[in-house]
This record gives sequence, structure tokens and C-alpha cells, in this order.
Amino acid sequence: MSGDAMTDLSTDVRIRFPAFSLEVAHAFPGQGITALFGPSGCGKSTLLRIIAGFERGARGRISYGDETWLGARAFLPPHRRGVGYVFQDTRLFPHLTARGNLDYAHKRAGDVAARYSFDDVVDVLDIAPLFDRRATQLSGGERQRVAIGRTLLARPRLMLMDEPLAALDTRRKGEIMPYIGRLPDAFGLPVIYVTHALEEVTQLCDRIVALADGHVAAAGGVAETLERLDLANVQGRFEAGAMLTGRIAAQDTELYMSSVDLGTARIEVPQIAVPPGEEVRLRVRARDVSLALTRPEGLSIRNMLDARVLNIAPEAATAFAEVLLDVGGQHLRARVTRAAIAALELREGQSVIALIKAVSFDRQALPRDAPAPG
Amino acid sequence: MDMPDLGPLWLTFRLAAITTLLLLLIGTPIAWWLAHTRSRLKSVAEAITALPLVLPPTVLGFYLLVFLSPNSALGGLWLSVTGSTLTFSFTGLIVASALYSLPFMVQPLQGAFEGIGRAPLEAAASLRASPRDAFFTVATPMAARGYLTAIVLSFAHTIGEFGVVLMVGGNIPGRTKVVSIQIYEEVETINYAAAHGLAAILLVFSFSVLLAVYALNRRFPVHVG
Repeated sequence: MSGDAMTDLSTDVRIRFPAFSLEVAHAFPGQGITALFGPSGCGKSTLLRIIAGFERGARGRISYGDETWLGARAFLPPHRRGVGYVFQDTRLFPHLTARGNLDYAHKRAGDVAARYSFDDVVDVLDIAPLFDRRATQLSGGERQRVAIGRTLLARPRLMLMDEPLAALDTRRKGEIMPYIGRLPDAFGLPVIYVTHALEEVTQLCDRIVALADGHVAAAGGVAETLERLDLANVQGRFEAGAMLTGRIAAQDTELYMSSVDLGTARIEVPQIAVPPGEEVRLRVRARDVSLALTRPEGLSIRNMLDARVLNIAPEAATAFAEVLLDVGGQHLRARVTRAAIAALELREGQSVIALIKAVSFDRQALPRDAPAPG
Repeated sequence: MDMPDLGPLWLTFRLAAITTLLLLLIGTPIAWWLAHTRSRLKSVAEAITALPLVLPPTVLGFYLLVFLSPNSALGGLWLSVTGSTLTFSFTGLIVASALYSLPFMVQPLQGAFEGIGRAPLEAAASLRASPRDAFFTVATPMAARGYLTAIVLSFAHTIGEFGVVLMVGGNIPGRTKVVSIQIYEEVETINYAAAHGLAAILLVFSFSVLLAVYALNRRFPVHVG
């Protein structure tokens, strides 16, 4: 990684509440989108608030480049940190119009150097038509777009987003997501993105920091972190899965299927509307993967991949185990019963056939020219 | 002789206006602190600011008389610095009125600040606004309705006071004789026509102010939420 202009955020913090405590040490890279991921109550929003300086009970260290934001005797107040914060409930100022909210941030960023202008932000987020309306007269999606614009206009050095899509319905989510995906590239802004929705992680984020019970459970690139078995507790059993990266090899327009080349193998999935040759990410849930010792005949399952068992992890106090597989250099997870593992006499290193029932599709990067929502 | 003397009426309005201004300056930080503090002293402070609501005005007036008199530390200091006494003076009346009307300023403001909460202030801080900046540009406009209520109540309550004023200020024409005392005096001397005139003025004035406030609130609702 070239670490030239990028400034890392390094945290080693703890906070104690009557019913909850958090202790996290992690360095966030100064680029891309990092997901802070975990179930509700795991402390991800609290960590974000500590980084912003909103939790005065936090102890430990936070440093940004060579600036100290939190130390034994140091506390840099939130308004001097140059951190943008997008709240789940937007927190637009009710006494101002949308334009007034944007101006509020723009004026206060006056002398901060930025690579983008007021109009750039308004254009990218398509908020000019909303200028004269008050927060109460905007829809949820419009409100969140104005809020993101307002935060950008404060010219932050780092963007913190606290479940910005959680209050929106699926259609609005789809509207806002491309805008968020564009932040790092279009505005040169690293983002820390809090969410408990796995599809937002796989679609938007480059890295993931998974929190469980106030601690970091796992951290790293999205694909490899999601493959780790010990994440089952964080994701919830039925969400556990893995990601396969491939290229569209062919499109069957009659049966509405796409063929995806994984390198050593091909799989067929319900049609993905992107041109052949384009890279796609496929998410395969562990519960949708079955195992066989030989290639079975007469099955409705179309995807059968040669795989090798890397690891078998029985789940404590359940009938199940999770099997980590190698498929031509990529990883796959299968959730099968422990009884099945015994019956098949599965061992690490063994060759098996992985049967994939269903696949969901995530785009790795959203195109820059994604259509603006009307 | 039937025409009432309007001097005390103007004195009363002047007293109410100055008291309200003073209370805005004193009451705002107190209300802000009460709305945001997590200190254990909060309940004590709340009880103290609410005391004028429940104490008989004569009790408050009596203590003020004691603490403001030239024989007391405060009253003595004031006398040596300014050359005049706090008791039986217009200045003393302002001090007494401010204390007496304090809860009418603090409680609506505290309620308004609590209603706003920390969330908009955090948003302002994330947009590079200092706490002071956020107070004036976010909290104050969002608390506009609370301010309106607090100002009207403090002003009206100061106009209506009687007991405290009588104890601390006495009844000195042109200096401490307020309209409520004058009305009492007119009634005592069976000068009902003058009493009627003043009472009617106060009644019409109070009703008009309240009507204006409620109408304003209806027409220009403060945008919150």
C-alpha cells in the first residue's frame, strides 16, 4: 500500500457503561470504505461516537496521523477533529431549509482546503431541487442525501456514517447506496461505515471490522474476513457464507441464466445484468452449500464444484458443523450436520464435490455513472 | 381626581422590562446547565430555582429585606459603592423581581433545551461549529418557542407581583410604587373609579399580550422534528 497522502486513524479505546463495556484497539486505513459490522448492541455505534469525540467517558488513545485526539490528558473537542458524521436519523436542523443546512456546513469549512466545490456536492447528490424545502418536507431518502451533502460540505478529513440506510426502505436504500459508494473516489474521503446489514458490507465496503460484545472479533478484507468460521457468531448462523469472485463468461437470454467463470470452474446463476467480461462478486451462504464424495446424477442442483476440505469446525452444542473449502484458490463455506460429516468420513485435505443451491449477487464496485434517482 | 395617576403604570412596565432582560441573561445559562448537567447537585439547583413558586411572597420579601438592608454584608457593600441603599429603591426592586420571577424564565427554557437534546448539538459539532456557535445558531433558534413563553411569563409575572415589592420597596411614589400597590391603595381609600381604570388597563394589556403570543405560535409554528 502506498501510504503517502493517506492518514491512518489509530484507536486504542475503552468505555464502560452500567450494562455494557467496549474495548477496541484498531488502526483504520485512510482510504476506502471500512465497515464496522456486527449485531445491534455490539458497540459499533459507540465506537463511532468515541472516534467523533461524542463520548466523554472514553479512555485510551486516538491519534490521526501525528495529531492526538484522545490521550491520558488530551481531548480534542469534536468540532476541531475535522470528522464528518452522518447520523441514522440525519439530524438536519429543523429551523433551516435544505439549502440552509448545506450553507451551515459550507460557511464553517470556509478556510479548509478541499478538492471539491459546493456545486460539485450538489451535483453529485442531485439535491438542488430540494433547496427550499425544510427537513420535515423531505422524504427519508431525500433527507439522507441532504445530510450526506451537508457533511461533505464541512470538508471533513474522515467520514463516519452510522447506519445511514437503516431507516430507509429497500428502494430508497438502492437510491442512496451508489452515492455512498462514490465518496472515497469522488471526494477523496475515507469512510468508516457502521452497519448490521451484510449486503451493505459486501456491496459498499473494502474492509470490515467485525465487532462482537464490545470487542473486535475479526478484521481485514471483506472477502477473506467473511470466510472465517469464527465469524458465525457475529453474522448469525444463517447469514454465514463466503464470497466468490469471477467474470461473466456468457449470458443465456432465453433461460435468464448467467455463466460465471471462477478461474478453474464455472457456475451458473440467475441472470446478472452486466456485460460479459465484467467482474462480479457472488455471495454463497454456508447453508446453501452441500457436500458429496462423488459427482451425483439427476439432481436439480446445477452447480457442482471440485473442492478440497481445508477445515472442519463443529458448532458447539448443535447438530451442525461448518466446513471451509478451497475451490480453485477461492474459499467457500458449507454448513452440514455433524452426522453427515461422520457418515461421509470427511477429513481435512479430502477432495469433495460442493453443491451450490442458490447464489446471491453483489456488485463489487458500483459504476461511477450509475443513474441518478429521479 | 378620578383620573388615576399613570406614573406607577410606567414604573411597573419599566421594572418588568428590565427584569425580563436581566432574567434572559441569568436564566439562560442556568437553564442550559440544568438541561445538560449530570451533576448530583442538579436536584438541589432545581429546587432552589423553583422556590419562588411555592414560597409566600412575604417570606421571600422578608428575607430579601434582611439580606439587602444596609446592615447586611451585601446591602452594606452596595451602599458604600453606590451611595444608595438597595432596599426601598428601584434597583432593589429589580433584584427582588428577578429572584421572584426566576422560575418563570428558567423552567420554560430548561424544558425547551431538554426537548432539543444533545443530538442537534452533536450534528453542529460534526460540521465544525464550536459549542458557543452551536448554542447561538442551533439551540437558540430551535428553542424560540421556549424563549417566547419564558419572556411573556416573566414579564407578566413581574407586572403582577405585590407582596415582595411591598416588603422590599415600600410604597415610594416615582421610585418603588408599582401599579398593583397603587390599585390596592385606591381600593383602600375607596377610590373605586381609579382602581377600575388601572385594573382595566392591566386586564386588557395582559389579554392582548397573551392573545398575540398564542396567535403567533399558531401562525408561525416553530419547525421542530
